[in-house]
Amino acid sequence: MPLGVRTEDLRKVYTTPPPVARGPGVAVPFRFRRGDRKPKIEIVALDGLSLDVAPGELFGLLGPNGAGKSTIVGVLTTRVRPTAGRAWIGDHDVWSDGVAVKRRIGVVPQRPNLDFSLTAREILLFHGAYFGMPAAERASRATELLDRFRLTDRADQLAVGFSGGMLQRLSIARAMVHDPEVLFLDEPSAGLDPQTRLLLWETVREYHGRGRTIVLTTHNMDEADALCDRVAIVDHGKLIALGPPAELKRSVPGGFVIRLQVQPRPVSLLRQLERMQGVTQARPVEESGIDLYADRGGPLVPEIVNLALLERVAIHDVHISEPSLENLFLHHTGRSLRD
Amino acid sequence: MNAKTFLALLARDAHVARRNFLPLLLQTLLQPMLLVFVLGRVLTSSGMMPLAYKSMLLPGIIALSMLLAGIQAVAMPLIAEFQFTKEIEDRLLAPIEIEWVAIEKVLSGMIQALLAGLVVLPAAWLMVGKGVALQLGHPIEFLAVTLLVALLSSAVGLSLGCSIGQTQIGLMFSLVLAPMIFFGCTYYPWSALASFPVLRRVVLANPIVYASEGLRASLVPQFPHLPTLAIFGALICFDLFFLLFGLNRFRRKAVS
Repeated sequence: MPLGVRTEDLRKVYTTPPPVARGPGVAVPFRFRRGDRKPKIEIVALDGLSLDVAPGELFGLLGPNGAGKSTIVGVLTTRVRPTAGRAWIGDHDVWSDGVAVKRRIGVVPQRPNLDFSLTAREILLFHGAYFGMPAAERASRATELLDRFRLTDRADQLAVGFSGGMLQRLSIARAMVHDPEVLFLDEPSAGLDPQTRLLLWETVREYHGRGRTIVLTTHNMDEADALCDRVAIVDHGKLIALGPPAELKRSVPGGFVIRLQVQPRPVSLLRQLERMQGVTQARPVEESGIDLYADRGGPLVPEIVNLALLERVAIHDVHISEPSLENLFLHHTGRSLRD
Repeated sequence: MNAKTFLALLARDAHVARRNFLPLLLQTLLQPMLLVFVLGRVLTSSGMMPLAYKSMLLPGIIALSMLLAGIQAVAMPLIAEFQFTKEIEDRLLAPIEIEWVAIEKVLSGMIQALLAGLVVLPAAWLMVGKGVALQLGHPIEFLAVTLLVALLSSAVGLSLGCSIGQTQIGLMFSLVLAPMIFFGCTYYPWSALASFPVLRRVVLANPIVYASEGLRASLVPQFPHLPTLAIFGALICFDLFFLLFGLNRFRRKAVS
């Protein structure tokens, strides 16, 4: 029976710097409170966040560095005490029923926190033992996961010497040893090569296919788009938008970008293009390109070609970008996800 | 509390300790052996110390070895695992209350301290040579003192391990542990401080004093030592204090 995940008005204010550095480019807003004898740091990581992840859903938290994604995962996995608000895994209150929660979740942290005194296989075996799995079962599970994550040939070496990608794979394998009902992945694909990323996506989809609930955080729109049933866009600890990726993208006016390569590029053409119905902006880019921001893609092409013919302009190339979560983020915050 | 998880955590520590058996053994044995050789052998055979000093020294050395073993077994891994690597998280996420993760560390430290005592006692006895007059007239008292000393060492280890950062390990040894050891009545009995009336009172705040005097009281009761009741009372109080303080620090460190 899959479990849902719920938060209600979660708020987290750090009065000391957050214990886990959130990777490069930490962009948490902090202010100094004057008047105290010592200036006190106040970092608002979560600002009244309510989420409701359905049982069996693959849910994405999308936002830039420092948006509060890791803090949400921290609260839901019992590692961060919220300043206010509540959170549940299934019917279990994360704060008052932590042990029951821990039994039901698997966590892949943003930075591998593997037990460096142990070998890869031992990490999986002891993890299984912590969760009370019988010896034979955890041995076969460890072998299976090592194989799946292509770690078999290094299985009996200490994990401390592993490369970043291997550590990440081992982290994911460890989170799955006890077959948790809810799997949390905090920036799982950061630092992975494309091949491993595909393996991760396949694993996540397969795990989700078995009816498990998955919450993953990412600042990669493609990942959220490719994997998630629903996405919550978070910034400065607040929920900005929520819905299935396709629906979210549709909600942005002028979400399509049509890039034309033309020769020549007269100003009159730009003006005419901008006047077309459904086009919000025509912007010259590079030497011979024009970016059209529009609410449609393909249906606009015939009219564009007609205009170009009238202006005696040759079109060499047309490229249509679908509305993306990046555009959505830009639309809602005025900032790019990559800022 | 979840017994299976607790035992698995303990098994993990045992496994890691087994893997590091040789370095651990050397670390436990080397310093006490050197001390015993210089103080108990060289100084006594040259006549600069009376022969009876051998028997006086041995309980202090055992207390010292147990304390160092327990403190290192708990504090060092905790300091490392709470730092950048956050290795401890996989155990904090195990299905057990986080206080039990700390208690498991304390138990594992106690076991290592007891094993250290068990190894150092015969080795030091051999090293110090003839003329040692250890008495085991009160085995229960000896057992109780040993357990309290083992608990003291790992509880102090928990407190230190959750209070200081990786960069302060050197300071911990030179500023905290070294004075505690030298003013811990390890190389001399408390009664030897008779001519230092202020120091004599000040050192009573040092838990190591009760560890050394406790082992002295149960192994060489023929020598002057603190009253047994005072030793037990102080050891129990210090054990509880460091355990509760350490647990509190651990809790604060484990959850942000």
